[in-house]
Amino acid sequence: MSDELLNLTAGQQAAKIEAGELSAGEVFEFWRGRAAADDLGAYLWVADEVPEDPGSLPPIAVKDLFCVRGVPSQAGSRILEGYRPPYTATSVEKLQNAGVRVLGKTNQDEFAMGSSNENSGFGPVQNPWDRTRVPGGSSGGSAAAVAAGTAPWAIGTDTGGSIRQPASLSGIVGLKPTYGAVSRYGMIAFASSLDQCGPLTRDVTDAAILLSHLQGRDPCDSTSIGIPGGVSLPTAERLDGLRFGVWGMREPGLEPGVAEQVNATLAKIEELGGGVEEIELPNAKYGIPAYYVIAPAEASANLARYDGVRYGPRTGNGDLTALYEQTRHDGFGEEVRRRIMIGTYALSSGYYEAYYGTAQKVRTKIAQDLSAAFEQVDFVVSPTSATVAFKLGERTQDPLAMYLSDYYTVPMPLAGIPAISIPCGLSEGLPVGFQIAGPAFSEARILDAAHALEKSIGFEGVPVSVDRRDADRRSQDEGPEAPLG
Amino acid sequence: MTVITEPEARAYEPVVGVEIHVQLKTRTKMFCGCALSFGDEPNTHTCPVCLGHPGTLPVTNAEAVHFALMIAMAFDCEIAPRSIFHRKNYFYPDLPKGYQISQYDIPLARNGRLGDVRIHRVHMEEDAAKLIHTGSSGRIHGAETSVVDFNRGGTPLVEIVTEPDLRSPHEAAEFGRLLQATLRRMGVSDVNMEEGSLRVDANVSIRPAGTATLGTKAELKNMNSFRFLERGIAAEIARQERIVHEGGEVEQETLHYDPQSGSLTSLRSKEEAHDYRYFPEPDLVPVAPTEEMLKRARDALPELPAARAERLERDLELPAETARVLAFRSELGDFFESAVAASGNGEVRTLANWTMNELAARIGDSDPAGTALEPAALAELVAMVESKQVSASAAKEVLDVLVAEGGDPAAVVEAKGLGRAESGELEEVVDRAIADNPDAVEKIRAGKAQAIGAIVGAVMRETKGRADGGEVQRMISERLGV
Repeated sequence: MSDELLNLTAGQQAAKIEAGELSAGEVFEFWRGRAAADDLGAYLWVADEVPEDPGSLPPIAVKDLFCVRGVPSQAGSRILEGYRPPYTATSVEKLQNAGVRVLGKTNQDEFAMGSSNENSGFGPVQNPWDRTRVPGGSSGGSAAAVAAGTAPWAIGTDTGGSIRQPASLSGIVGLKPTYGAVSRYGMIAFASSLDQCGPLTRDVTDAAILLSHLQGRDPCDSTSIGIPGGVSLPTAERLDGLRFGVWGMREPGLEPGVAEQVNATLAKIEELGGGVEEIELPNAKYGIPAYYVIAPAEASANLARYDGVRYGPRTGNGDLTALYEQTRHDGFGEEVRRRIMIGTYALSSGYYEAYYGTAQKVRTKIAQDLSAAFEQVDFVVSPTSATVAFKLGERTQDPLAMYLSDYYTVPMPLAGIPAISIPCGLSEGLPVGFQIAGPAFSEARILDAAHALEKSIGFEGVPVSVDRRDADRRSQDEGPEAPLG
Repeated sequence: MTVITEPEARAYEPVVGVEIHVQLKTRTKMFCGCALSFGDEPNTHTCPVCLGHPGTLPVTNAEAVHFALMIAMAFDCEIAPRSIFHRKNYFYPDLPKGYQISQYDIPLARNGRLGDVRIHRVHMEEDAAKLIHTGSSGRIHGAETSVVDFNRGGTPLVEIVTEPDLRSPHEAAEFGRLLQATLRRMGVSDVNMEEGSLRVDANVSIRPAGTATLGTKAELKNMNSFRFLERGIAAEIARQERIVHEGGEVEQETLHYDPQSGSLTSLRSKEEAHDYRYFPEPDLVPVAPTEEMLKRARDALPELPAARAERLERDLELPAETARVLAFRSELGDFFESAVAASGNGEVRTLANWTMNELAARIGDSDPAGTALEPAALAELVAMVESKQVSASAAKEVLDVLVAEGGDPAAVVEAKGLGRAESGELEEVVDRAIADNPDAVEKIRAGKAQAIGAIVGAVMRETKGRADGGEVQRMISERLGV
């Protein structure tokens, strides 16, 4: 059965379960075995048995920061070590109600702060295409698990690119929905005005299936709206009459191999009847600085609750200040501490206007750039990442280089609009992602366009039927720390 | 060194503004579904949201917004078409999220008025949890252990900030009483200062009398009765006068007033003031009251105490103070007005006095509607006194019975034999009393008029209070020819 399941998308497995050709319990057990044998550091927790009711759809790998009742939910942080929430995130609950069971919790950058998964409090994740490289981040564990065939599909969160960039670097599909499309209730917050839950999948149809279950207004999240009209499965095979505005192809940091694959994809768009034109997003270059003020500012408040008083580990003796300082110093990693400091500074009296105020103005400008673009074109397209997966350790000593990993993905969450990354080819044997963004709540159209392109590209993906234990062991010595649980 | 003389020091006038926190009497908390409570077992009204668990989100309580809108309307405020919440960031164990959700630069409402005092703003926020410190100090520093009760955490609060329009400690306390009566009448809060559902801070400064500048203010925190508010402000004015008197300058600081010792202690100076790093709360959408919400709030507003006092004074011709007492204690006022309605054309002043004095004395702070006494029965009893069917002192005895057991006043009078003494019977009793008190008679004849009291007293004793004092006195004088 194993080869068969590994070669099926989640949607195809679901169809076989429905047709009675496969039992949901068997499917769960198969994936449970795959997940338990993961040696990329992708999982922080794997279900230890098939649930009594195995559901009706293949099980899902869930990014650690989604709260699941009674299951370790630590957001990749030591400050939440051992934390088992008393409640379940709305998004996970909606999947459960749809018949999807939780297979495991996946590794991530601590509190979703990172672009390589190297900021996890529980060790890095290796890229299944090349174990010396990062899978991207922050949803690196979810991306690696789907790419390596240790999960049929996964969910993650995207704040500045944390679904799309790891999907790109791992050669899978990743969709960041419109802000408000999916409830944030139960997602351990990084930056509340940007965070959004979305699927990481083998193909576009799987992404659509998950999104159709995830989306919806939630009374527990006042900022949630759902997707008007819902989400149907994509069927398009042509792009006739659709206009694609491409940007960012002249950036000096764009790798020629990446540019080549993106250009080839643009040519495919034209073959399918779509039009391609170059567009300008004049303020996109300010996206990274604005993002790295707004996100840390919100994070500095969101992470204030980790004080050792009510849950999580507590260190520090004596007075209250020592309790706070020691607990937070010991519990948070270096990048998280850096961002709390940046955010606290940016919100401080006397600096607020110069930093937070200015960043909000830039945010508005970027949103205006994108609205203007959508008067001209149907979609805004670009590389998802300027580079293919980089080496573990390559950018850890240079936070700015790491921050620039999000160059192409940051404008969309700043504007609150949806975008998908689909694999479009290989450069130096590593996957390249192609990003398609559309106006707010245009998910159905984005999925249709991505579906047509996906068919035309015919990306093969990592040979997941290969047993990982026999795969390339180049990086054995740099292997991840043993994941928790 | 120049010595500043007393008269010069007196040439300062106090300038006081108050900030009042009101716990709203909603069914559930401001941002989650936990029930409000007071005095329950600690940490029994909590959930992941109000405990600040990872991943939880607040959702604004619509009923709290409704109550806040009523309050804003009661003060004739301008209501913001879209007000927003901010995060007020600081670390403290009673603040589970590490920030309080509050309103900052765009509050729910501004520019209102209550009585003679301008209201600067009205905004919504959530209450902190309750810290309990063991050990001698009663404060977190020096406590052996501190524990947190999260039952209170997340209770809806409305903060009301006045302009610095108050000019004396007494005015501040009177304003507080008006505010308390108004909110109580609206039914939006328990407004109980001891339980903390009404909390008052005062900003106090002084300035040379007749000038319009504002001096540096000190903030007095959390006084838990109007009496202490008045004393605390008086103490702070005296302290500031003393500082200026000695050539010093008042510093901006936050002070705690200890009503036991009457002392003021500094909680923090300007330098130690927090930087709360306010920023807009991204988890909540703006509060944008719809026409329906505004109409619902407007329709829910009852007649407020100030207006009621004015009406009682104008329409029923009650003395100002009587009208004020009945308006400020709205349940008493309601009972009184029901009694007036039942009495037809009775003497409302007497009825008001009986309500305010005799009835109030018997029920304390509780609601007269909760006793066995019917408003119509009170009206009838007072009418019987007026028509001299029963003496005032007998009527008080009847009222005791009516409050405890209810019933019809006439029947109680009958059953207890408290009807006014018949004049034939009374004449006999008076004659006997004169005969029994020759000393008093002699004194009266000698011009000591007040000696008549002894004879009146004897008659009242004999009739068990059923006789009318004035009538008895008249009869004695007639018989003695004085």
